[in-house]
Amino acid sequence: MVTEVAARSREEIAARVAADLAPGAVVNLGIGMPTLVAGHVPAGREVVFQSENGVVGTRPLEPGEHPDPDLINAGKEPIGLVAGGSYLSHADSFAMIRGGHVDVTVMGAFEVSAAGDLANWSSGTDAIPAVGGAMDLAAGAATVVTMMSHLTGAGAPKLVERCSLPLTAAGVVGRVYTDLAVLAVEGGEFVALELVPGLTFERLAAATAAALRDGRDRVPALLGERRR
Amino acid sequence: MSAGAETIDKTVAGVAAALGEVADGATIMVGGFGDSGIPEELLAELLEQGARELTLIANNAGSGESGVAALLRERRVRKIVCSFPRSSGSVWFERRYRAGEVELEIVPQGTLSERIRAGGAGIAAFYTPTAAGTELAAGKETRLLDGREHLLEHALRADLALIRARAADRWGNLVYHTAARNYAPTMAMAARETVAQVDELVGLGDLDPEAVVTPGVYVDRVVRLRREEAR
Repeated sequence: MVTEVAARSREEIAARVAADLAPGAVVNLGIGMPTLVAGHVPAGREVVFQSENGVVGTRPLEPGEHPDPDLINAGKEPIGLVAGGSYLSHADSFAMIRGGHVDVTVMGAFEVSAAGDLANWSSGTDAIPAVGGAMDLAAGAATVVTMMSHLTGAGAPKLVERCSLPLTAAGVVGRVYTDLAVLAVEGGEFVALELVPGLTFERLAAATAAALRDGRDRVPALLGERRR
Repeated sequence: MSAGAETIDKTVAGVAAALGEVADGATIMVGGFGDSGIPEELLAELLEQGARELTLIANNAGSGESGVAALLRERRVRKIVCSFPRSSGSVWFERRYRAGEVELEIVPQGTLSERIRAGGAGIAAFYTPTAAGTELAAGKETRLLDGREHLLEHALRADLALIRARAADRWGNLVYHTAARNYAPTMAMAARETVAQVDELVGLGDLDPEAVVTPGVYVDRVVRLRREEAR
Protein backbone atom coordinates (compact mmCIF):
# COMPACT_ATOMS: atom_id res chain seq x y z
CA MET A 1 0.00 0.00 0.00
CA VAL A 2 1.36 3.43 -0.92
CA THR A 3 0.96 6.01 1.82
CA GLU A 4 -0.04 9.53 0.80
CA VAL A 5 2.90 11.90 1.43
CA ALA A 6 1.65 15.09 3.10
CA ALA A 7 4.03 17.49 1.32
CA ARG A 8 3.98 20.96 2.87
CA SER A 9 2.60 23.94 0.96
CA ARG A 10 4.58 27.21 0.83
CA GLU A 11 2.53 28.58 3.72
CA GLU A 12 3.05 25.36 5.68
CA ILE A 13 6.82 25.49 5.18
CA ALA A 14 6.72 29.12 6.35
CA ALA A 15 4.73 28.13 9.44
CA ARG A 16 7.22 25.32 10.17
CA VAL A 17 10.15 27.79 9.99
CA ALA A 18 8.27 30.30 12.16
CA ALA A 19 7.64 27.66 14.82
CA ASP A 20 11.42 27.24 15.20
CA LEU A 21 12.28 30.94 15.59
CA ALA A 22 13.43 31.57 19.15
CA PRO A 23 11.66 34.24 21.17
CA GLY A 24 13.68 37.45 20.83
CA ALA A 25 15.52 36.34 17.70
CA VAL A 26 16.49 39.00 15.15
CA VAL A 27 15.55 37.54 11.79
CA ASN A 28 16.01 38.66 8.19
CA LEU A 29 13.59 37.26 5.62
CA GLY A 30 14.67 36.98 2.00
CA ILE A 31 12.47 37.82 -0.96
CA GLY A 32 9.78 35.42 -2.15
CA MET A 33 8.68 32.49 0.01
CA PRO A 34 10.63 33.52 3.17
CA THR A 35 8.50 36.68 3.39
CA LEU A 36 5.58 34.42 4.37
CA VAL A 37 7.32 33.46 7.63
CA ALA A 38 6.40 36.78 9.28
CA GLY A 39 2.73 35.88 9.11
CA HIS A 40 3.14 32.62 11.03
CA VAL A 41 4.96 33.50 14.26
CA PRO A 42 3.14 31.81 17.15
CA ALA A 43 0.85 34.24 19.01
CA GLY A 44 2.56 35.98 21.91
CA ARG A 45 6.11 35.24 20.71
CA GLU A 46 8.12 38.38 19.96
CA VAL A 47 10.52 37.94 17.04
CA VAL A 48 12.21 40.98 15.47
CA PHE A 49 12.17 40.97 11.67
CA GLN A 50 14.88 43.04 10.01
CA SER A 51 14.64 44.19 6.40
CA GLU A 52 17.90 44.92 4.56
CA ASN A 53 16.66 48.28 3.25
CA GLY A 54 16.76 49.70 6.76
CA VAL A 55 13.77 48.57 8.80
CA VAL A 56 13.94 46.82 12.18
CA GLY A 57 10.58 45.42 13.30
CA THR A 58 8.68 44.73 10.08
CA ARG A 59 5.23 43.18 10.06
CA PRO A 60 2.78 42.20 7.33
CA LEU A 61 0.13 44.83 6.54
CA GLU A 62 -3.21 44.31 8.27
CA PRO A 63 -6.12 43.55 5.94
CA GLY A 64 -7.36 46.88 4.54
CA GLU A 65 -4.45 48.85 6.04
CA HIS A 66 -3.35 51.79 3.86
CA PRO A 67 0.18 51.14 2.55
CA ASP A 68 2.96 53.75 2.86
CA PRO A 69 4.69 53.65 -0.56
CA ASP A 70 8.08 54.33 1.05
CA LEU A 71 7.74 51.53 3.60
CA ILE A 72 8.66 48.37 1.74
CA ASN A 73 10.61 45.17 2.32
CA ALA A 74 13.52 43.70 0.37
CA GLY A 75 11.07 42.35 -2.20
CA LYS A 76 9.68 45.89 -2.63
CA GLU A 77 6.32 44.87 -1.14
CA PRO A 78 4.52 47.24 1.27
CA ILE A 79 4.92 46.36 4.95
CA GLY A 80 4.10 47.81 8.36
CA LEU A 81 6.25 48.65 11.38
CA VAL A 82 5.67 47.13 14.82
CA ALA A 83 5.66 49.15 18.03
CA GLY A 84 9.31 49.21 19.05
CA GLY A 85 10.48 49.26 15.44
CA SER A 86 13.00 51.66 13.94
CA TYR A 87 14.51 52.85 10.68
CA LEU A 88 18.15 52.97 9.75
CA SER A 89 20.25 53.79 6.74
CA HIS A 90 21.28 51.12 4.27
CA ALA A 91 24.88 51.25 5.51
CA ASP A 92 23.76 50.83 9.12
CA SER A 93 21.36 48.06 8.12
CA PHE A 94 24.14 46.13 6.43
CA ALA A 95 26.49 46.84 9.31
CA MET A 96 23.85 45.09 11.42
CA ILE A 97 23.82 42.18 8.97
CA ARG A 98 27.55 41.98 8.27
CA GLY A 99 28.48 42.62 11.89
CA GLY A 100 26.73 39.43 13.00
CA HIS A 101 23.86 41.14 14.82
CA VAL A 102 21.18 39.36 12.79
CA ASP A 103 20.67 35.96 14.39
CA VAL A 104 18.90 34.19 11.55
CA THR A 105 18.57 34.77 7.83
CA VAL A 106 15.92 32.81 5.96
CA MET A 107 16.48 32.59 2.21
CA GLY A 108 15.32 30.65 -0.78
CA ALA A 109 17.86 28.47 -2.60
CA PHE A 110 18.44 26.86 -5.97
CA GLU A 111 20.90 24.41 -4.42
CA VAL A 112 22.43 23.63 -1.03
CA SER A 113 25.39 21.28 -0.73
CA ALA A 114 26.22 18.82 2.03
CA ALA A 115 29.07 21.16 2.99
CA GLY A 116 26.55 23.97 3.52
CA ASP A 117 27.42 25.79 0.29
CA LEU A 118 24.57 28.00 -0.87
CA ALA A 119 23.62 28.80 -4.47
CA ASN A 120 20.73 31.23 -4.69
CA TRP A 121 21.77 34.34 -6.61
CA SER A 122 22.39 33.17 -10.15
CA SER A 123 20.53 30.52 -12.11
CA GLY A 124 23.60 30.22 -14.33
CA THR A 125 21.62 31.26 -17.40
CA ASP A 126 22.05 34.49 -19.35
CA ALA A 127 19.64 36.33 -17.05
CA ILE A 128 20.79 39.81 -15.99
CA PRO A 129 23.08 39.29 -12.97
CA ALA A 130 21.55 40.66 -9.76
CA VAL A 131 22.87 39.77 -6.31
CA GLY A 132 21.09 42.11 -3.88
CA GLY A 133 21.92 41.41 -0.24
CA ALA A 134 22.16 37.62 -0.51
CA MET A 135 25.95 37.39 -0.23
CA ASP A 136 26.07 39.80 2.74
CA LEU A 137 23.34 37.91 4.56
CA ALA A 138 24.90 34.53 3.84
CA ALA A 139 28.30 35.71 5.08
CA GLY A 140 27.09 37.77 8.03
CA ALA A 141 24.08 36.18 9.71
CA ALA A 142 24.81 33.90 12.66
CA THR A 143 22.52 31.15 11.32
CA VAL A 144 21.67 30.71 7.65
CA VAL A 145 18.42 28.88 6.96
CA THR A 146 17.01 28.02 3.56
CA MET A 147 13.42 27.20 2.72
CA MET A 148 12.67 25.64 -0.60
CA SER A 149 10.98 22.82 -2.46
CA HIS A 150 12.98 19.60 -2.06
CA LEU A 151 13.04 19.01 -5.82
CA THR A 152 13.17 21.33 -8.81
CA GLY A 153 10.16 21.63 -11.10
CA ALA A 154 11.89 19.05 -13.31
CA GLY A 155 12.23 16.66 -10.35
CA ALA A 156 15.95 17.10 -9.68
CA PRO A 157 17.18 17.23 -6.07
CA LYS A 158 18.16 20.68 -4.79
CA LEU A 159 20.13 19.17 -1.91
CA VAL A 160 23.34 18.02 -3.55
CA GLU A 161 26.86 16.79 -2.87
CA ARG A 162 28.34 19.82 -4.68
CA CYS A 163 26.54 22.87 -6.09
CA SER A 164 26.54 23.16 -9.88
CA LEU A 165 25.34 26.79 -9.85
CA PRO A 166 27.42 29.87 -8.88
CA LEU A 167 27.84 30.08 -5.11
CA THR A 168 26.40 32.80 -2.90
CA ALA A 169 28.65 31.70 -0.03
CA ALA A 170 30.56 28.56 0.94
CA GLY A 171 29.86 26.45 4.03
CA VAL A 172 27.20 28.64 5.61
CA VAL A 173 23.83 26.84 5.60
CA GLY A 174 22.87 25.34 8.95
CA ARG A 175 19.24 24.32 8.51
CA VAL A 176 17.00 23.51 5.56
CA TYR A 177 13.18 23.48 5.52
CA THR A 178 11.55 21.88 2.50
CA ASP A 179 8.11 20.64 1.54
CA LEU A 180 9.27 17.17 2.63
CA ALA A 181 11.53 17.58 5.65
CA VAL A 182 13.49 19.62 8.16
CA LEU A 183 17.21 18.99 7.85
CA ALA A 184 20.37 20.11 9.57
CA VAL A 185 23.59 20.56 7.61
CA GLU A 186 26.53 19.48 9.72
CA GLY A 187 29.82 17.64 9.37
CA GLY A 188 29.57 17.59 5.58
CA GLU A 189 26.22 15.81 5.45
CA PHE A 190 22.51 16.39 5.65
CA VAL A 191 20.74 15.17 8.78
CA ALA A 192 17.00 14.53 8.53
CA LEU A 193 15.45 15.92 11.73
CA GLU A 194 11.81 15.64 10.76
CA LEU A 195 9.88 14.10 7.85
CA VAL A 196 6.38 15.05 6.76
CA PRO A 197 3.72 12.44 7.56
CA GLY A 198 3.65 9.54 5.12
CA LEU A 199 7.26 9.97 3.98
CA THR A 200 9.83 7.29 4.67
CA PHE A 201 13.51 7.99 5.32
CA GLU A 202 14.33 5.91 2.24
CA ARG A 203 12.16 8.05 -0.01
CA LEU A 204 13.69 11.24 1.41
CA ALA A 205 17.16 9.80 0.82
CA ALA A 206 16.19 9.03 -2.77
CA ALA A 207 15.09 12.66 -3.24
CA THR A 208 18.39 13.95 -1.81
CA ALA A 209 21.54 13.83 -3.96
CA ALA A 210 23.98 13.68 -1.06
CA ALA A 211 24.69 11.66 2.06
CA LEU A 212 21.69 11.70 4.42
CA ARG A 213 21.83 10.71 8.08
CA ASP A 214 18.79 9.85 10.15
CA GLY A 215 18.49 12.33 13.01
CA ARG A 216 14.82 11.92 13.80
CA ASP A 217 15.62 11.18 17.44
CA ARG A 218 16.68 14.83 17.83
CA VAL A 219 14.38 17.78 18.41
CA PRO A 220 15.38 20.69 16.10
CA ALA A 221 16.94 23.41 18.27
CA LEU A 222 15.27 26.82 18.14
CA LEU A 223 16.92 29.25 15.73
CA GLY A 224 18.54 32.44 17.00
CA GLU A 225 18.42 31.98 20.77
CA ARG A 226 19.72 35.12 22.46
CA ARG A 227 19.51 36.82 25.80
CA ARG A 228 16.26 38.78 26.17
CA MET B 1 24.87 80.39 0.79
CA SER B 2 23.05 83.40 -0.54
CA ALA B 3 25.30 86.04 -2.09
CA GLY B 4 26.41 88.83 0.16
CA ALA B 5 24.86 87.39 3.28
CA GLU B 6 26.82 85.96 6.17
CA THR B 7 24.19 83.43 7.02
CA ILE B 8 24.00 79.88 5.72
CA ASP B 9 21.16 79.15 3.33
CA LYS B 10 21.34 76.01 1.22
CA THR B 11 17.79 76.24 -0.04
CA VAL B 12 17.37 77.04 -3.72
CA ALA B 13 14.28 77.77 -5.78
CA GLY B 14 13.49 75.32 -8.52
CA VAL B 15 14.85 71.99 -9.53
CA ALA B 16 17.16 73.39 -12.25
CA ALA B 17 19.04 75.57 -9.78
CA ALA B 18 19.18 72.67 -7.36
CA LEU B 19 20.77 70.28 -9.83
CA GLY B 20 23.28 72.83 -11.10
CA GLU B 21 25.43 72.05 -14.13
CA VAL B 22 26.34 68.41 -14.48
CA ALA B 23 29.36 67.71 -16.68
CA ASP B 24 29.47 64.91 -19.22
CA GLY B 25 31.21 61.89 -17.71
CA ALA B 26 30.17 62.74 -14.16
CA THR B 27 29.79 60.03 -11.51
CA ILE B 28 26.44 60.36 -9.74
CA MET B 29 25.08 58.53 -6.71
CA VAL B 30 21.30 58.15 -6.76
CA GLY B 31 19.44 57.41 -3.53
CA GLY B 32 16.52 55.01 -3.34
CA PHE B 33 15.61 51.34 -3.10
CA GLY B 34 12.94 50.17 -5.50
CA ASP B 35 10.52 53.11 -5.64
CA SER B 36 11.27 54.16 -2.06
CA GLY B 37 13.33 57.34 -1.70
CA ILE B 38 13.94 57.98 -5.40
CA PRO B 39 14.71 61.67 -6.15
CA GLU B 40 12.40 61.54 -9.17
CA GLU B 41 12.32 65.24 -10.00
CA LEU B 42 16.09 65.69 -9.75
CA LEU B 43 16.51 62.74 -12.11
CA ALA B 44 13.95 64.22 -14.50
CA GLU B 45 15.95 67.47 -14.49
CA LEU B 46 19.18 65.55 -15.11
CA LEU B 47 17.53 64.01 -18.16
CA GLU B 48 16.28 67.43 -19.29
CA GLN B 49 19.70 68.98 -18.89
CA GLY B 50 21.33 66.40 -21.15
CA ALA B 51 24.62 65.34 -19.50
CA ARG B 52 26.00 62.20 -21.14
CA GLU B 53 28.49 59.40 -20.45
CA LEU B 54 27.35 59.26 -16.84
CA THR B 55 28.40 56.68 -14.28
CA LEU B 56 25.54 55.97 -11.90
CA ILE B 57 25.87 54.36 -8.48
CA ALA B 58 22.49 53.13 -7.22
CA ASN B 59 20.87 50.05 -5.74
CA ASN B 60 18.68 49.33 -8.78
CA ALA B 61 18.82 50.17 -12.47
CA GLY B 62 15.45 51.89 -12.67
CA SER B 63 12.12 50.60 -13.88
CA GLY B 64 9.35 51.89 -16.06
CA GLU B 65 9.95 55.07 -18.07
CA SER B 66 11.20 57.61 -15.52
CA GLY B 67 14.27 58.22 -13.38
CA VAL B 68 17.28 56.03 -14.04
CA ALA B 69 15.29 54.05 -16.62
CA ALA B 70 14.70 57.22 -18.68
CA LEU B 71 18.42 58.09 -18.52
CA LEU B 72 19.20 54.60 -19.84
CA ARG B 73 16.54 54.90 -22.54
CA GLU B 74 18.10 58.18 -23.75
CA ARG B 75 21.60 56.63 -23.70
CA ARG B 76 23.02 59.00 -21.09
CA VAL B 77 24.57 56.25 -18.98
CA ARG B 78 27.97 54.74 -19.71
CA LYS B 79 28.20 52.58 -16.60
CA ILE B 80 26.05 51.57 -13.65
CA VAL B 81 27.33 50.28 -10.33
CA CYS B 82 24.50 48.50 -8.56
CA SER B 83 23.39 45.45 -6.61
CA PHE B 84 20.09 44.49 -8.20
CA PRO B 85 19.43 45.64 -11.78
CA ARG B 86 16.91 42.89 -12.51
CA SER B 87 13.71 44.36 -11.06
CA SER B 88 10.35 43.91 -12.66
CA GLY B 89 9.99 46.66 -15.24
CA SER B 90 13.76 47.19 -15.68
CA VAL B 91 13.15 47.06 -19.42
CA TRP B 92 15.51 49.85 -20.46
CA PHE B 93 18.43 48.56 -18.43
CA GLU B 94 17.99 45.10 -19.89
CA ARG B 95 17.75 46.45 -23.45
CA ARG B 96 20.87 48.63 -23.17
CA TYR B 97 22.82 45.93 -21.31
CA ARG B 98 22.01 43.21 -23.83
CA ALA B 99 23.05 45.53 -26.65
CA GLY B 100 26.39 46.15 -24.90
CA GLU B 101 25.56 49.84 -24.55
CA VAL B 102 25.98 50.09 -20.79
CA GLU B 103 28.65 48.65 -18.53
CA LEU B 104 27.48 46.89 -15.35
CA GLU B 105 29.44 46.50 -12.12
CA ILE B 106 27.43 44.18 -9.90
CA VAL B 107 28.13 44.62 -6.17
CA PRO B 108 26.63 42.80 -3.18
CA GLN B 109 24.26 45.25 -1.50
CA GLY B 110 26.10 45.46 1.80
CA THR B 111 29.43 45.83 0.05
CA LEU B 112 27.89 48.58 -2.09
CA SER B 113 26.62 50.54 0.89
CA GLU B 114 29.87 50.00 2.79
CA ARG B 115 31.98 51.11 -0.19
CA ILE B 116 29.92 54.29 -0.27
CA ARG B 117 30.23 54.69 3.50
CA ALA B 118 34.01 54.22 3.24
CA GLY B 119 34.11 56.86 0.51
CA GLY B 120 32.35 59.30 2.79
CA ALA B 121 34.42 58.41 5.82
CA GLY B 122 37.85 58.73 4.22
CA ILE B 123 38.60 55.01 4.22
CA ALA B 124 40.25 54.00 0.96
CA ALA B 125 39.41 50.30 1.09
CA PHE B 126 38.35 47.57 3.51
CA TYR B 127 38.27 43.79 3.86
CA THR B 128 34.99 41.84 3.98
CA PRO B 129 34.13 38.14 3.82
CA THR B 130 31.06 38.91 1.68
CA ALA B 131 31.42 37.30 -1.78
CA ALA B 132 34.63 35.44 -0.88
CA GLY B 133 34.80 32.22 -2.87
CA THR B 134 32.18 33.37 -5.38
CA GLU B 135 32.27 34.61 -8.99
CA LEU B 136 32.13 38.18 -7.68
CA ALA B 137 35.54 37.70 -6.05
CA ALA B 138 37.22 37.43 -9.46
CA GLY B 139 40.25 39.71 -9.73
CA LYS B 140 40.01 40.92 -6.14
CA GLU B 141 42.84 40.90 -3.63
CA THR B 142 42.15 38.36 -0.87
CA ARG B 143 43.53 37.98 2.62
CA LEU B 144 42.99 35.44 5.37
CA LEU B 145 41.83 37.32 8.48
CA ASP B 146 40.61 35.61 11.65
CA GLY B 147 40.86 32.35 9.74
CA ARG B 148 38.41 33.44 7.09
CA GLU B 149 38.94 34.58 3.51
CA HIS B 150 38.25 38.28 2.98
CA LEU B 151 38.10 40.42 -0.16
CA LEU B 152 39.62 43.87 -0.47
CA GLU B 153 36.88 46.29 -1.55
CA HIS B 154 37.58 49.86 -2.60
CA ALA B 155 35.69 52.97 -1.51
CA LEU B 156 33.27 54.69 -3.88
CA ARG B 157 33.06 58.43 -4.27
CA ALA B 158 31.05 60.59 -6.64
CA ASP B 159 30.89 64.04 -8.13
CA LEU B 160 27.26 64.39 -7.15
CA ALA B 161 24.67 62.67 -4.94
CA LEU B 162 20.97 63.09 -5.66
CA ILE B 163 18.76 62.18 -2.71
CA ARG B 164 15.26 62.67 -1.37
CA ALA B 165 14.31 63.52 2.20
CA ARG B 166 11.10 64.42 3.98
CA ALA B 167 12.11 67.75 5.51
CA ALA B 168 15.06 70.13 5.69
CA ASP B 169 15.99 73.44 7.24
CA ARG B 170 18.11 76.11 5.55
CA TRP B 171 21.32 74.60 6.92
CA GLY B 172 20.52 71.43 4.99
CA ASN B 173 19.80 69.27 8.02
CA LEU B 174 17.64 66.37 6.85
CA VAL B 175 15.07 63.96 8.22
CA TYR B 176 13.52 61.17 6.20
CA HIS B 177 10.27 59.26 5.88
CA THR B 178 10.22 55.61 6.98
CA ALA B 179 12.30 53.33 4.73
CA ALA B 180 12.93 56.08 2.14
CA ARG B 181 16.06 56.90 4.13
CA ASN B 182 17.95 53.90 2.70
CA TYR B 183 21.09 55.07 0.84
CA ALA B 184 20.61 58.84 1.24
CA PRO B 185 22.56 59.57 4.46
CA THR B 186 25.54 57.54 3.25
CA MET B 187 25.59 58.92 -0.30
CA ALA B 188 25.34 62.46 1.09
CA MET B 189 28.72 61.88 2.75
CA ALA B 190 30.41 60.31 -0.25
CA ALA B 191 29.81 62.91 -2.97
CA ARG B 192 31.64 66.15 -3.67
CA GLU B 193 28.22 67.83 -3.94
CA THR B 194 24.93 66.60 -2.50
CA VAL B 195 21.54 67.81 -3.61
CA ALA B 196 18.42 66.91 -1.63
CA GLN B 197 14.85 67.28 -2.81
CA VAL B 198 12.51 67.54 0.14
CA ASP B 199 8.76 67.61 0.69
CA GLU B 200 8.93 70.30 3.33
CA LEU B 201 11.17 73.16 4.50
CA VAL B 202 11.07 74.05 8.17
CA GLY B 203 12.57 76.88 10.17
CA LEU B 204 16.10 76.61 11.54
CA GLY B 205 15.79 75.01 14.96
CA ASP B 206 12.49 73.33 14.20
CA LEU B 207 14.06 69.93 13.57
CA ASP B 208 14.71 68.02 16.77
CA PRO B 209 18.55 67.86 16.96
CA GLU B 210 18.24 64.34 18.40
CA ALA B 211 16.29 63.29 15.32
CA VAL B 212 18.37 64.87 12.54
CA VAL B 213 19.67 61.99 10.46
CA THR B 214 21.87 63.87 8.00
CA PRO B 215 23.63 66.97 9.36
CA GLY B 216 23.66 69.82 6.85
CA VAL B 217 27.46 69.55 6.74
CA TYR B 218 26.96 66.86 4.09
CA VAL B 219 24.38 68.75 2.04
CA ASP B 220 25.06 71.46 -0.54
CA ARG B 221 21.67 72.34 -1.98
CA VAL B 222 18.10 71.74 -0.90
CA VAL B 223 15.00 72.21 -3.02
CA ARG B 224 11.47 71.84 -1.79
CA LEU B 225 9.27 70.05 -4.26
CA ARG B 226 5.86 69.44 -2.81
CA ARG B 227 4.91 66.06 -4.10
CA GLU B 228 1.52 67.27 -5.32
CA GLU B 229 3.23 70.15 -7.19
CA ALA B 230 5.93 67.94 -8.58
CA ARG B 231 3.64 65.31 -10.08
